Amino acid sequence: MIIDLKHTIPAEIFDLLAKVTDPEIPVLSIIDLGVVHQVEVTQNEVYIELMPTYTGCPAMDVMQEDIVKAFEGSNYSVQVQLILSPAWTSDRISQKGKAALKAYGVAPPVETTADKAALLEGANIIACTNCGSQHTQLVSQFGSTACKALFKCLDCLEPFDYFKCLK
Amino acid sequence: MHDSNLYRYILSLGDNSMILGHRLSELCGHGPTLETDIALTNISLDLFGEVRNYFQYAAKVKADGSTEDDIAHQRGSRAFYNLILLEQPNTNFAYVIARQFLFDVFHKLNLQALTKSTDKQLSAIAVKSLKEATYHVRFSSDWVKRLGDGTEESRAKMQGAIDDLYPFTGELLRPSKIEEEAYKEGYGTDIFAIKDSYVQEVQRILAEAKLTIPTSPYRFAKGKEGFHTEYLDYILQDFQYMQKTYPNMQW
Repeated sequence: MIIDLKHTIPAEIFDLLAKVTDPEIPVLSIIDLGVVHQVEVTQNEVYIELMPTYTGCPAMDVMQEDIVKAFEGSNYSVQVQLILSPAWTSDRISQKGKAALKAYGVAPPVETTADKAALLEGANIIACTNCGSQHTQLVSQFGSTACKALFKCLDCLEPFDYFKCLK
Repeated sequence: MHDSNLYRYILSLGDNSMILGHRLSELCGHGPTLETDIALTNISLDLFGEVRNYFQYAAKVKADGSTEDDIAHQRGSRAFYNLILLEQPNTNFAYVIARQFLFDVFHKLNLQALTKSTDKQLSAIAVKSLKEATYHVRFSSDWVKRLGDGTEESRAKMQGAIDDLYPFTGELLRPSKIEEEAYKEGYGTDIFAIKDSYVQEVQRILAEAKLTIPTSPYRFAKGKEGFHTEYLDYILQDFQYMQKTYPNMQW
C-alpha cells in the first residue's frame, strides 16, 4: 500500500521532502520515486522511513544525507531510517515520476509480463525515449545503474536507458 | 565468548556474497565488453548491498559494539564460511560465467526458502535480495547458453570451466553443522530440500546450452566450516589491506 503523503503530513514537511531528488536521476524526487515509506511527526521531530530501491544502490546514502540537509534551517529535527520490509517495487513510482523519467530520456518501467518479454524474449515493447518507436532492442540487462537496462532504438539508432520493473 | 549459531549462520550467508562480490569487483574495467563489464560489476554491487544487510544484522546479534566493517575487515580466513567455489579465480570469461551460474541457481533457491525464515530480519533481507538474484540467474544462464551453444571455441571453453567448477557444487548441497543447526532452530533453510531443484535446474540449462553434464565426483570441500583454499587469503589480503596496515582507520 502506498501512503498518500501529500495529504497526511504537514505541507511544509512534504515540500521539503519533495525537493530531495535521486542523485542519479535528478528529475525524480524521492516522493515520486516512492522510496519514502512513512513519515511520523511528533511536535518538531520528524522520523522518516526510506525504502532502498536496490540493496547496494549508493544513491540511498546520498538521499539520506540530502534529506538531513533539506531540513537544516527548518524548525524540525529529522531522523532517517532505512527499512527493508516492505520491499520497494517499481509500482511505487508515481505517474508524475514516470512522465519525468521519460522526459529525462529514461524509459519508465512497464508491467511485469511486458518487462520479461522485453528483457528475455527480445520483444519490441519498450518505446524509444527519443522518437517513440517501439522498434527497439535490448543491449544489456544491466545499465548505468543497478535499476536500469540498456536499450537501443533500431529506427533513430539512439541508445537509451530503461528503468527495470522490480516486483 | 563462543559465537552463537545465528551469528555464524548470518556470516555464512554474507560471506558467500562478499567473496563472490569481491571476485566480480576485480573485473571492474576488465570485462570483455563494456556491457558485460557493467553487468558483472552491477551484480557485485547487488551482492555487496546484500552483504551489508547481513553484516549489519550480525553486528546487532553479536551486540559487542562491533560494526559491519569490523566483521568484513577484521576476520581471518579461518573465520570465513563461504563456499570454496566462490573463491575460485577469474581464469577467463567462461570461468566467471560458470562460477556465477552455479552459484546464482543456488542463491535464488536458498533466498526463496529463506523468505520463510522464522527470523523476521533474515526473511526481510531474503525478500529484498531475491528480486536481484532473479536477475543474476537470468544473466548467467543466458551466457552459459550463448557460449555453450556458440562457436567451437566458446563451447570448448565453457565446457572446460563447467568441468572444473561443477565438482565444487557438492559443497552447496551438503549442509554444514551451522546450517543443520539453523534449520533445526527455524531460521535457516533446509539444504536437502533445495538439492533436487538445484540439480534439475542446472542440468536443464546445461542441456539447453548443449553442454555435457560432468560425471566427475564432487570435490571434498569444507569452506562452510572455515577451511579454505589459499585463494581466500589473497582475496582477504586485498580486501582488508587498509585495515591491516592502519588498524581502525576511518575513511
